[in-house]
Amino acid sequence: MCRLIAITSDDPISPMVALEALDVMREGHDGSGVGLLLRDLGGPFEQIKDAPILSGIFSDRGLKRLDRYMIDIGFMTKYKVTLKVPKTPPEGVPKRDMYLVRAYEYPEEWDDFSPEQLQARLLQIRLELRKMGEEKNDMIVFSFWPDTIMIKEIGDPLEVAEYLQLDRKSLDARVIMAQGRQNTNYEIDLYACHPFFIQGFSTMTNGENTAFFPISRFLTSRNFPGYTGYQSDSEVFTHILHYTFSALGLDLETYKHVITPLENEDLKDHPSGEFLKHLKQSCRKLIIDGPNCVIGCLPDNSIFMVQDRKKLRPGVAGGRRGLFAFASEVCGLDFAIPYRDKSRDFQPMYLDTVSVGPDRQEVKICSQTDPLPLRH
Amino acid sequence: MFSNRPITPSSLSIKDLPWQILWDKDKCTLCGQCTAVCPVNTIELGVFRQREPQVSLEPGEITSNQHTFYYGIRQKTDPAYRCVGCAMCTMVCPNDAIIPAKSDEVDKLKFHLDRGGQPWRRGGRRNVAGGVLDQIKFIRISMLTDPALDAGRHEFAITSLLGRILPPEENIRFVSENGWIPPVREIYPLIIGGMSFGALSPTMWEGLQLGVAYLNEELAMPVRICTGEGGCPPRLLRSRFLKYVILQIASGYFGWDEIIHAIPEMKTDPCAIEIKYGQGAKPGDGGLLMWYKVNKLIAAIRGVPSGVSLPSPPTHQTQYSIEESVAKMIQSMYMAWGFRVPVYPKISGTSTALAVLNNLTRNPYAASLAIDGEDGGTGAAYNVSMNHMGHPIATNIRDCYLNLVTVGKQNEIPLFAGGGVGKSGNMAANAAALIMLGASGVQVGKYIMQAAAGCLGSESDRCNICNIGLCPKGITSQDPRLYRRLDVDQVAQRIVDVFLGFDTELRKIFAPLGRSTSLPIGMSDALGISDYNAAERLNIKYVV
Ligand code: SF4
Ligand code: SF4
Repeated sequence: MCRLIAITSDDPISPMVALEALDVMREGHDGSGVGLLLRDLGGPFEQIKDAPILSGIFSDRGLKRLDRYMIDIGFMTKYKVTLKVPKTPPEGVPKRDMYLVRAYEYPEEWDDFSPEQLQARLLQIRLELRKMGEEKNDMIVFSFWPDTIMIKEIGDPLEVAEYLQLDRKSLDARVIMAQGRQNTNYEIDLYACHPFFIQGFSTMTNGENTAFFPISRFLTSRNFPGYTGYQSDSEVFTHILHYTFSALGLDLETYKHVITPLENEDLKDHPSGEFLKHLKQSCRKLIIDGPNCVIGCLPDNSIFMVQDRKKLRPGVAGGRRGLFAFASEVCGLDFAIPYRDKSRDFQPMYLDTVSVGPDRQEVKICSQTDPLPLRH
Repeated sequence: MFSNRPITPSSLSIKDLPWQILWDKDKCTLCGQCTAVCPVNTIELGVFRQREPQVSLEPGEITSNQHTFYYGIRQKTDPAYRCVGCAMCTMVCPNDAIIPAKSDEVDKLKFHLDRGGQPWRRGGRRNVAGGVLDQIKFIRISMLTDPALDAGRHEFAITSLLGRILPPEENIRFVSENGWIPPVREIYPLIIGGMSFGALSPTMWEGLQLGVAYLNEELAMPVRICTGEGGCPPRLLRSRFLKYVILQIASGYFGWDEIIHAIPEMKTDPCAIEIKYGQGAKPGDGGLLMWYKVNKLIAAIRGVPSGVSLPSPPTHQTQYSIEESVAKMIQSMYMAWGFRVPVYPKISGTSTALAVLNNLTRNPYAASLAIDGEDGGTGAAYNVSMNHMGHPIATNIRDCYLNLVTVGKQNEIPLFAGGGVGKSGNMAANAAALIMLGASGVQVGKYIMQAAAGCLGSESDRCNICNIGLCPKGITSQDPRLYRRLDVDQVAQRIVDVFLGFDTELRKIFAPLGRSTSLPIGMSDALGISDYNAAERLNIKYVV
């Protein structure tokens, strides 16, 4: 079972906090891999919030192909973080040529694009790069999105962090999600590493989703270009989140109703029961079968955590105004935010969705039995 | 027969018959119960003469003969009176003195069952045991990240949807705009398939309905039962139990006069309307209820005179083409109940099922598609239809489901599978396999008759005389002397047993796969089979 932590903070903090918290929770992961998502960036990226940032791992040849490709479509490098790594990686970490975090300037002809067009094109470029990389095995692309950095690597989270020297100001961020991996395959595909990301939505999960296969087929058949991959059964959580918001125009409260709908008995008494019954039926193929704890973040930089119906995965939320964290274990939360009112820690149960908005004022708790916010 | 008699082409010996009666003179008390119970009068009291030579070893004494005789059982060899192996004689014998034995070779009788140019007709199923469903294994056991679930203690959502489900985007829009959303029923995924009042005896029918009502009202299992093409008794039509019933309309429209007239008086809507275009046992052929089963009650419910044969036409005669017929019938049925009742067609398994499905996907009213595979049972059909016509259900369902996945409508038109589910007694395993291949539920008939009423029929052609109204168990007979053998309450109780047992077995399959929050429709990653070609064809894992 993997370990997860998400931190949201008014002041940018170092990703090392999250990685060290993972280390505290290391009983639950075997140090076989780490995934990191940074958003609402501080440091130099603060000044270029709108510029799309490409994150990935490249071989020298892959980098050349990338440059050629980006120049061809009119993207100019605006800023980059160079992760210079020592010659020999720690044991278990593969030797790579280049970890890339690079912000680009949009081509001029994109100026007239609507936000939807822009988002669609960014997604398309990421998918194309991923395909190119898979063909020649020379690039792995995690994200290409404004104000977003993703780093993933095989190995022990702390060792990887030290190796990549992640303790640098340029990587400070206000929203950090990190996962320490419990490996289930010897051949680890980095595309199977959490967190997953699509158009500003990201999630990471522990547990196994046994309904993965039909769900992934359903998503694939939505004909949305980004719904591909599925090297991991957890990637569907991200895509369902995206589908719930983008295709259905619903919100976080309803996401929980999509993945783990209420029983019919409870729907009868629910103020939004009629709507939820229809949602349950038409989204039947998106019902998950956990146990899973899903932690994620939304385009507006809210973070959230939901449990599945069976509630067999640990998860706790806590913090203080301006600084909150969701972690798999209390010890992880203690490490990340030692000074907080612990009596207000909250462990969401099978009906709950907890979230912290971009204003970082409080942990909002929403139960599935609550009325839904009015829809327009 | 004497050895010097001319023999006819159809002269058969007992050895030529499929079933041979073994009778034990020492045990028999000559009570006569077997001859009385035999549904086809195969056995009769026989007087057997025996010669006992009186031989003396004394020289000069003459050798003589003494003749004795004994009473016993004689088995007729005339094809019209052939033993059907039902073993009712065994059941009633107080001393276990009599039993039918299956011939050790292929019988010669089958070549003579067409007397008067009438080919062999019978009830039952295709006379081939087993099938691909029995070979499918469930291989994806949760052993790693997550432990398997507890089949006894976890909550399981074992229900399915019957009805046209809109795509999520449209559904949400229609809810807010108050648009028409097709009716959808949440039902138990095991449906009692269409067996008509007429094909079944009144006691059997009532027992089924009673069992279904109990499952719904006392055990909260939303089990549904289809009427078959024979109408529905007026009292049921006007009762609150109608909501557990799927009314079937087929090419003979039997009983629909009564149904239509009852609409204004209905307390509740029926669960759904099934338009039967075909069935697995006799694909492309209509119902075959013969005059001797059409008594007054059946005639009244069906709206026909009694004592006449009721062969339904093979297909609906009022329209030019199946496509048009499906579209029009679906629409008029929706209209009849004010668009509150799901209407769906049932077809026999066929290589053209995909074309039918494609038509349905374009028809916004089509509530689902039921496909009945070649192993489906029936009360009456030509043997040739049963044994040789039709398409196996596994590939039919699979192809249709994968086609829906390709067009992204796998949640919109539920598929229901029938035909041989539980043929070898493995109903839960067969049903789960079909669900994971893509079915939203399964329809069963024959298994229910066997399990809930003790039907003796089998795929080695045992009994299977449902068509002639002489069912020795009273399941498919309209003769009160026979059907009173069946106790309504006991049938109902068995129905409840069957469903509860099935439910537990289903959990025992789903729990180790880690599935409990929704029916694992299309979860084919859990399926494996040791037949390479079958694995390729069904798009599941090949395992040895
Ligand atoms: S097995 Fe059935 S058909 Fe055969 S003799 Fe006995 S009762 Fe008659
Ligand atoms: S027992 Fe009755 S229903 Fe069963 S096969 Fe024989 S005649 Fe048909």
